Amino acid sequence: MRSDPNARAPLGLKLAAAAGLLFMHVPILLIFVYAFTTEEKSYQWPPPGFTLRWLEVTWNRVDVWQALWLSVQVATVATLLAMLLGTLCAAAVSRTRFFGRETISLLVILPIALPGIITGIALRSAFSLADIPFSFWTIVLGHATFCIVVVYNNAVARFRRTAGNLIEASMDLGADGFQTLRHVIMPNIGTALLAGGMLAFALSFDEVIVTTFTAGQQQTLPIWMLEELVRPRERPVTNVVAMVVVLVTFLPILGAYYLTRGGDSPAAAEK
Amino acid sequence: MTSAVRFKNVCRHFGAIRAVDGLNLEIAPGEFFALLGPSGSGKTTSLRLIAGFERPTAGHIEIFGERADAIPPYRRNVNTVFQDYALFPHLSVLENVAYGLKMKGVAKKQRLARAEELLELVQLPGYGDRSPAKLSGGQRQRVALARALVNEPKVLLLDEPLGALDLKLREQMQEELKSLQKRLAITFVFVTHDQGEALSMADRIAVFNEGKIMQVGTPEEIYRAPRSRFVADFVGSSNVLPPDLVERLTGTRAWASLRPEAVRLVSRGGHSATLVSSSFLGAQRRAVFDFDGFQITALLAADAKLPEPGKTARLAWGESDLHLMEDEPVDGPEGAA
Amino acid sequence: MSSAAAAILPPRGGPSGAASDAFWRHPKFLLLLLLTPPLLWLGIIYLGSLFALLAQSFFAIDHYTGMIDYTPTLRTYRELLTTPANLDIIVRTVLMAACVTLFSALIAFPIAYYAARYARGKWKALFYLGVMLPLWSSYLVKIYAWKLILAKEGIFNWVLAKLHLYWLLDAYLSLPVIGGNSLSVSYTGTFLVFVYVWLPYMILPLQASLERLPNNLLEASADLGAAPRQTFWSVIFPLALPGAIAGSIFTFSLTLGDYIIPQIVGSSRLFIGQAVYMQQGTAGNIPLAAAFTVVPMVIMGFYLWMAKRMGAFDAL
Repeated sequence: MRSDPNARAPLGLKLAAAAGLLFMHVPILLIFVYAFTTEEKSYQWPPPGFTLRWLEVTWNRVDVWQALWLSVQVATVATLLAMLLGTLCAAAVSRTRFFGRETISLLVILPIALPGIITGIALRSAFSLADIPFSFWTIVLGHATFCIVVVYNNAVARFRRTAGNLIEASMDLGADGFQTLRHVIMPNIGTALLAGGMLAFALSFDEVIVTTFTAGQQQTLPIWMLEELVRPRERPVTNVVAMVVVLVTFLPILGAYYLTRGGDSPAAAEK
Repeated sequence: MTSAVRFKNVCRHFGAIRAVDGLNLEIAPGEFFALLGPSGSGKTTSLRLIAGFERPTAGHIEIFGERADAIPPYRRNVNTVFQDYALFPHLSVLENVAYGLKMKGVAKKQRLARAEELLELVQLPGYGDRSPAKLSGGQRQRVALARALVNEPKVLLLDEPLGALDLKLREQMQEELKSLQKRLAITFVFVTHDQGEALSMADRIAVFNEGKIMQVGTPEEIYRAPRSRFVADFVGSSNVLPPDLVERLTGTRAWASLRPEAVRLVSRGGHSATLVSSSFLGAQRRAVFDFDGFQITALLAADAKLPEPGKTARLAWGESDLHLMEDEPVDGPEGAA
Repeated sequence: MSSAAAAILPPRGGPSGAASDAFWRHPKFLLLLLLTPPLLWLGIIYLGSLFALLAQSFFAIDHYTGMIDYTPTLRTYRELLTTPANLDIIVRTVLMAACVTLFSALIAFPIAYYAARYARGKWKALFYLGVMLPLWSSYLVKIYAWKLILAKEGIFNWVLAKLHLYWLLDAYLSLPVIGGNSLSVSYTGTFLVFVYVWLPYMILPLQASLERLPNNLLEASADLGAAPRQTFWSVIFPLALPGAIAGSIFTFSLTLGDYIIPQIVGSSRLFIGQAVYMQQGTAGNIPLAAAFTVVPMVIMGFYLWMAKRMGAFDAL
């Protein structure tokens, strides 16, 4: 086996890896082509022609804007909640050893480890049992729950890297708990929190399975997309929206990548 | 005169682990004091108790006569140089040093000027703009020192301060720390597992084992008159002679220690012993003898006339060199270190 | 230089000074304060709902009135496990999850291996983003992309037509079970989309475990005269297995619970996720829906237990 890291990879391995990467990326690239096709009724390939018309049509669609706006609002509020809860949890788990740390980690991961449909239906039946009508807040409730883990993972990794004795050094030099929080803890975990927040935003912005159970009649952008997938109405508009969604989610992912480069596991293996 | 630091029956237990167990100790103002012991002996926990990172489970601690057990670290006028320096990675060297003054609310201009003075004190003038990550180990050590001194502490704590440095740098820093301490007249308390470091730097030493202090004294006292087998073993490389042998030599049944450099080679009189092995150390020669079934190590002059291994030689030492210890005179496992 | 200063400084004024002192004296109190909000949130909202759902599976629906009868019973479970259609759904889903997992591992391995052992510097970052971006791109858009690809007039058929391989597809589609009228309404289509969507979840842990593989181990193996094939099976494979199992936790669990992919690309035969969705929605049979969700929970519980025994959690 080629064990020297500078050795060249076998051709077969190279080809297989390249093919795998192509398999992952070509479908997404297709979305960009279809957004500009002149064909309206079918998914014809190759596109008979290209146009920018659908960008304008989509721009003027009120329902798309409403769905987008709702998604942004939900993702913003859910992200803020998840950042608060995830950071508190990470701080508690990494500051002290106490009985039940493992259990808490498991509890945080559970909402994302169990299939989304379970979280969704559990929340829906709980809402109906408690007579809570669907609202903006029922969506946020669900999203914040499974976003906690993303913030938590990022924060825990950074807390682990930020040696505990930095906090002791700060207190030793005369900073009380709040000064230490402001001058040492926040500057050191800030970027990790921001990265976690960006990922949480992307996760919430894209979520559909839990949302179908907690949204009622409201339409987030993914719910709007789902409707179009199940009962296509205007395909070109869907194409454009799909492209925009890809672009919008790429930005926070790239941002999070650059914030956590060099060290802690960026972007958490579990989405 | 009030002690700089005083432990009164202090215990720090972590569950079943007795990290510090019934500690009584007084450190005088202006002293350079070493806490010496193997890892897990409680020396670091004792340092952390003074700093306020740990609270005693029983007993109490006084700093310059004031009860400190319920005082958080930031209200103790005590500062620490951490083992891995714990420099703030997000701050420049100058900001690191000025941190303590910033927390006190000293205006920016004053605190940066003062930090610059401290950097000069530790011989790093002009390094203020750098990031701690860009410094060498020795430079980080100096920054940590400057940062801890900026608040003019009454007691400076040093946790294995030279542990991470290479040998040459370590020797140089030992000298610098000593002269710095003389100049500032601050009480220094430092933790080390290196007996050579403790002997060469400290005014007084406390030897720790299993959460307890085995002996407190000046380096000379500790070295020449170890009170127990543990101290004799840990400080230096003493021959520890068992009660049976000591009884035959002196008539008193007790454990005794005999420093290798106190053993002399004589042509007449003394005690007959068989040479087992010898090794050349440069300035000296170390020889191991079999004496009545016990091994005795001797540090001799490099040109000492030794017989062939297996042949006998005559060994002698001064009466006062055989130091009787306080351990219970029950025979332990044979042989000496 | 400091003889005049006090050894102990006076308490800081104000509530923040007092609070800070109190936190230092009672670290458990601080811990409690940190933990309470997240634990309350997850405990009440998440676990509470989950237990409420579980509890419902022990009720049954009255088939005449359509109302839920709130007396504890195992009738719903009996219905779940004795109705052949329901068992079909469970078996179909588990088989699909197993196939998807196996195939994901096969495709993931070369990518993970190359990224872990050969890619350096810029290429390494590129590989990393190359996996992260598909992982995080929109789930629905990824499904939609496959709808475009597999459509009758879409790119897949176009390529086949250009290569004059249309007969091959026809032959494939005429096969029982995996075939169908077209790829987009066959199990094969569903399978492809599942593999596509969950693949990055397999690559990341696999890559992590391969990165931990020490170079000298491979050298030692080659040194002892092992052929590359032997080295693979006796050294690389056993050490990469925990990573693959860690990845399979995701591919397996996600496939078990998904209801959107088979709904959009696939035959009309149901998977567990769809069954749950239908039972709680149109059928209004919450107890049966709840009992259905217990199936993936039990399977995943068993799976996690096995994975833990094989040391897969260290690879997460």
